[in-house]
Amino acid sequence: MGSRTIKVVFLEELKVDGAPQLRWGIKKTLIMFPDDLDMDVAAEKIFTDGLTEAGIAREQITRVVATGAGRKQVKFAHENITEVGAGARGALFMCPSARTVIDVGAEEGRGVKATPEGKVVDFAGNEKCAAGAGAFAESMSRALQLSLKEFGEASLRSNKTIPMNAQCTVFAESEVVSLIHANTPKEDIAKAVLDAVASRVTAMARRVGIEEDVVLIGGMVHNAGFVQSLKAALGVEKVLLPDLPEYVGALGAALIAAEANA
Amino acid sequence: MTVAQIQATQSGEKKEYWRWEESTWVDEAKNWRDAKFVTAGIDVGSVSSQAVVVCDGELYGYSSMRTGNNSPDSAHNAINAVMQKCGMTLENIHFVVGTGYGRVNVPFSNKAITEIACHARGANYMGGSSIRTILDMGGQDCKAIHCDERGKVTNFLMNDKCAAGTGRGMEVIADLMQIPIAELGPRSFDVDVEPAAVSSVCVVFAKSEALGLLKAGWSKNKVVAAYCQAMAERVVSLLERIAVEKDFFITGGIAKNPGVVKRIERLLKLDAVATKYDSQIAGALGAALFGYTLVQKQGVPAKVAS
Repeated sequence: MGSRTIKVVFLEELKVDGAPQLRWGIKKTLIMFPDDLDMDVAAEKIFTDGLTEAGIAREQITRVVATGAGRKQVKFAHENITEVGAGARGALFMCPSARTVIDVGAEEGRGVKATPEGKVVDFAGNEKCAAGAGAFAESMSRALQLSLKEFGEASLRSNKTIPMNAQCTVFAESEVVSLIHANTPKEDIAKAVLDAVASRVTAMARRVGIEEDVVLIGGMVHNAGFVQSLKAALGVEKVLLPDLPEYVGALGAALIAAEANA
Repeated sequence: MTVAQIQATQSGEKKEYWRWEESTWVDEAKNWRDAKFVTAGIDVGSVSSQAVVVCDGELYGYSSMRTGNNSPDSAHNAINAVMQKCGMTLENIHFVVGTGYGRVNVPFSNKAITEIACHARGANYMGGSSIRTILDMGGQDCKAIHCDERGKVTNFLMNDKCAAGTGRGMEVIADLMQIPIAELGPRSFDVDVEPAAVSSVCVVFAKSEALGLLKAGWSKNKVVAAYCQAMAERVVSLLERIAVEKDFFITGGIAKNPGVVKRIERLLKLDAVATKYDSQIAGALGAALFGYTLVQKQGVPAKVAS
């Protein structure tokens, strides 16, 4: 139950024993924008839609675990867990070699240190401020009239480094407008913005210690420019990108549900 | 409806709620031609620009305009608005002091002085020599200033990193609520029960929180009240760090928003000194007063830079 989108993941048991990657299979995933729906109604809707599309009867579901900002609104969940724990669990399922999980969602950015099993050792995030979150990049791409994807691609075409003075998203928007007025190429502005987000997130990750491999989860996975900026800011050769990045949190919650049952 | 009509209604709906009124004022009872020294202060801020003209150390006229995307033009625009009103030209002004973010970009100024010093000096004139603590709530920053009886700065703290507690943050809320910015304050009191502050500090998050509250059935007024309260709590935490000493004075655009001012006063249990002047001119007024002191000491500069 994210601040912008909600997702559901259904898992099925493939084998009785073994590594989680072999034991559990992803049966069905679904994502939706709750728009005007109340969170509890939206949760019910995505759950029933998912069941119908996957051809599963509701009685076949043995356990439901909810996560994310709106997790308490999932009335039919047996349990709810924090998005930090769920994100790490899901990320390590997808990329077992990762030890540091960078999570950049719509309204938060954080660095998480995880065990090989996907348990959280430590994490540092910023819940008070949009700097270092996807919302920052989103505001700026709006100012440049580019989609987030185009924004990331534009950034890849730039090799300039323009430092952003403003940390605050609201002020950065005026700074971007000034850069536009000064005829700065869109590519260079896009890179400046993504560099700024990457450097904020890196500062958070440093607080828990950066241990390779690093995996990036959250909506910014789709932004190739951001991935590039993040690599440079972290000073690492590679950043792992999981399959189904939006579903990592829901997947983590599903795994925790599955294991509680077993 | 024709396409043109549809476009017209659409553009009409795109009202800019954040836009505040520009203003110009001249003291008709005085004549600048009688003054020995005419000095001006130009405060080019991040959101608004003010020009103040002072005749022999007395406030004569001012303008408060929006800052454009270029500081020199904004400075010219502000001073021209006052000069046109009283038939003055730049030749008639003996000394010009620039202040604010764009102070080094005032092409016709003789000197640049920081806005902190200027605000204290201006507040000392507007609120009297008993003022010891000044809260300047500007477009993109917020400052708490301590000064002595002559308006000299003794200490200050500022937040210029975050839009929470600044005029820009208020503009964002005006746009979001679709309420003209000048009505936000009065409407924030039109609630049955005073709500608690919105929990988000960040303006970006406060925006999504506000939308959530509207969805949960809160009235617009109640959301605005919760936001004004959050803003007041935010600046009071800044004030508490510097310790508030009586008398207390508020300058800057948000001083015009009773929704925030009353709530700050409630939290501090202290009333701010009222003024008959426009709270936004404090910086430019202080600059013009510094100009008057300087011109008395140094005489009129040989050539006014243009």
